[in-house]
Amino acid sequence: MSEASNDRVTVLKTHKLFIKGAYPRGESGRTHALRDADGGLLGHLCTGSRKDLREAVEAARGALGGWSAATPYLRGQILHRLAEMLEGRAAEIASAIRETTGRSAKKAQAEVAAGIDRVICFAGWSDKITSLLGNQNPVAQPFHNFTSPEPVGVIGVIAPEHSSFLGFLSLWLPAVCAGDTVVCMASEQLPLPALLVAESLPNSDFPAGVFNLLTGMRKELLPAFAAHRDIDGLVASADEKEAAALREAGADNLKRVRVIKPDADFEDTHAWEGPEAFRGAVEYKTVWHPMSAE
Amino acid sequence: MTLRTPPSAPAWDYAPAPESFRPEIAEQHGLFIDGKFVKPRSGKFMKVINPATEEVLTRVAEAGKADVAAAVEAATKAQRKWSRLPGKERAKYLFRIARRMQERARELAVLETLNNGKPIKESRDGDVPESAKHFFHHAGWCDKLRYAVPGGGEPGPVGVCGQIIPWNFPLMMAAWKLAPALACGNTCVLKPAETTPLTALRLAEILQEVDLPPGVVNVVTGGPETGKLVAGHAGFHKIAFTGSTEVGKAIVKACAARPVRLTMELGGKGAHLVFADAAIDQAVEGAVQGIFYNQGQVCCAGSRLLVEESVAEEFRAKLLQRMSSLRVGDPMDKNTDVGAINSASQRDRIQGYVQIARKEGAEVLESGCGTLPTKGFWCRPTALAGVQPSHTVAREEIFGPVVALMTFRTVDEAVARANDSAYGLSAGIWTEKSAKMFEVARRLRAGVVWCNGFNLFDAASPFGGVKESGFGREGGRHGLLEYLAH
Repeated sequence: MSEASNDRVTVLKTHKLFIKGAYPRGESGRTHALRDADGGLLGHLCTGSRKDLREAVEAARGALGGWSAATPYLRGQILHRLAEMLEGRAAEIASAIRETTGRSAKKAQAEVAAGIDRVICFAGWSDKITSLLGNQNPVAQPFHNFTSPEPVGVIGVIAPEHSSFLGFLSLWLPAVCAGDTVVCMASEQLPLPALLVAESLPNSDFPAGVFNLLTGMRKELLPAFAAHRDIDGLVASADEKEAAALREAGADNLKRVRVIKPDADFEDTHAWEGPEAFRGAVEYKTVWHPMSAE
Repeated sequence: MTLRTPPSAPAWDYAPAPESFRPEIAEQHGLFIDGKFVKPRSGKFMKVINPATEEVLTRVAEAGKADVAAAVEAATKAQRKWSRLPGKERAKYLFRIARRMQERARELAVLETLNNGKPIKESRDGDVPESAKHFFHHAGWCDKLRYAVPGGGEPGPVGVCGQIIPWNFPLMMAAWKLAPALACGNTCVLKPAETTPLTALRLAEILQEVDLPPGVVNVVTGGPETGKLVAGHAGFHKIAFTGSTEVGKAIVKACAARPVRLTMELGGKGAHLVFADAAIDQAVEGAVQGIFYNQGQVCCAGSRLLVEESVAEEFRAKLLQRMSSLRVGDPMDKNTDVGAINSASQRDRIQGYVQIARKEGAEVLESGCGTLPTKGFWCRPTALAGVQPSHTVAREEIFGPVVALMTFRTVDEAVARANDSAYGLSAGIWTEKSAKMFEVARRLRAGVVWCNGFNLFDAASPFGGVKESGFGREGGRHGLLEYLAH
């Protein structure tokens, strides 16, 4: 490194929202600072508003029909492509984790590896969900009766505050894998890894609107998520007080609310990569079909 | 009566649409053992030809006893480490294989058609993408095995697998065998068919390319003697075989004295039922697809076409009309429907059955359009009318583009006739009444029943037979169980 490069003034980035495959600045025009673990300025963030959430939900609702009808094989391949893209940005994401959390490089790298492997895991889940969570039911009537998991619809995800990459991925991958579309709020304090993932999504053949990302303030956005009547379910990392508010407001349109404790252990592969991971992402349809030779 | 061109058929005139890509083929291929292509210790090589031209494509090694032993040794040595690799790491190797197969799809498709004789549109749109899909699907199972088996706990692999595959779907059968085995942590010795080893060897190149650990997959080419050496080797914990019922039985006997797991995917005489309430035009299309796909060289082909009497005449007329428009000839032409038969001996076998049918009283209706090339092995699409259940061609597998036409009057008779077979691999049902469809499906003794469709395959869907069509399933969760010790 030459001395001249040390004098170079860096370009300061303002990270934008990710809605319908594009990167708009927030509707409200507000921004806030993105700081590293020592309080140094890394850039700025758009402060997402209730209006931005509405835009994102509209995008997610619009994408739901196509995405839920896409073959599981296609969804799997698109998720695999995401892992390919993230592998190429692994160093950048690790450095984002290290800078914003102050964790060691080794720990940051381990988290990135675990996150990318989790994407790979869900690339392989899309065409197994029905095999493992659905079944034929031996009813005592002349009917062919079977139950299949189906996507819930538009899922609002409140990403965990402290596991900014692995935890962030863990909350929305099952939903997208199962055919839901997602509006996700990134960690308020540590949003950078999530923003880097959002930058990789359009290059992964993800259709616009399948995954949307907002940055902003929990106290503003959580109530907006809970109250939005076109969000079908919530998977939210929330403390007890926040959870109660989400459930209460969500009851208005009977949102399925899955609450994840703020200190959840995202390294638990059985919990986050097993069938349990789909809780909140799928619901079940039973079909009775007659059998008769007439 | 031999009907070459039914009076109603228009005179089709086509411009050729040849596939231009030609993959490089080395003059000689060694065996793939322990991650390397090696010269056979047997010192023997055999010719591989293009069945559409009879031209020699290359020479491949003929594995002898020492070669098979070396392959088993390599697989045994690799097994422990491969099975102890975490599932999600094994998965990444399988995903790599799937991706490279997709990326080299055109090369694989052309190679398959050159070596097998099947139409390029089938290898391009069927064999190769399905093979890649099989690896992709099973890649996803590697880290989910504990959820695949009821009872919980992490199931282990069976061990070292000997896998013997046929010539009708050379690459797809390799994928069906290797992908689940590898996903579950097994290691393999694959024995491709004598006449069609080229895509399996090209797949071995891909395995090298993606750095699959040496010995995890070994490919031993050769003829029936090599197959016997594989089936008889005491080092295998499992033998998986796809091929004729006759050879399958011999393998079961050869393995009888050892506690070896078996999967047998054998012959069939698929019953294809067309009810009067079917959408007849679609059913005709399904019947054509059911017996002429891959020149009828399909174990699950719909070779017994049972049509309800009240629509039999209409159905027959439409079927013959449709058959007359099937283009027979150059497999490398993108518009060809029916390509070359894989070998002279198979062609002779098919023609022998047509002679028997004629002798036993069936009416032989040959069809198809296009001039047959002067070289190569060919059979025109053929329907046998007036076949009785006792006729040889209603009972034995022909494995060619020859369909036996029969009729029935009631559902009970349809089911009884369909089930009147030593085989039980596939069956088809055509009716617009879905309640009837499910009830008839329930009553058919077959491992796979297709409704208003035929010859449908998916990596997520188990395939396999009952009765003398063999046992074990390939594909989906049930196929996985065959490669797990649980």
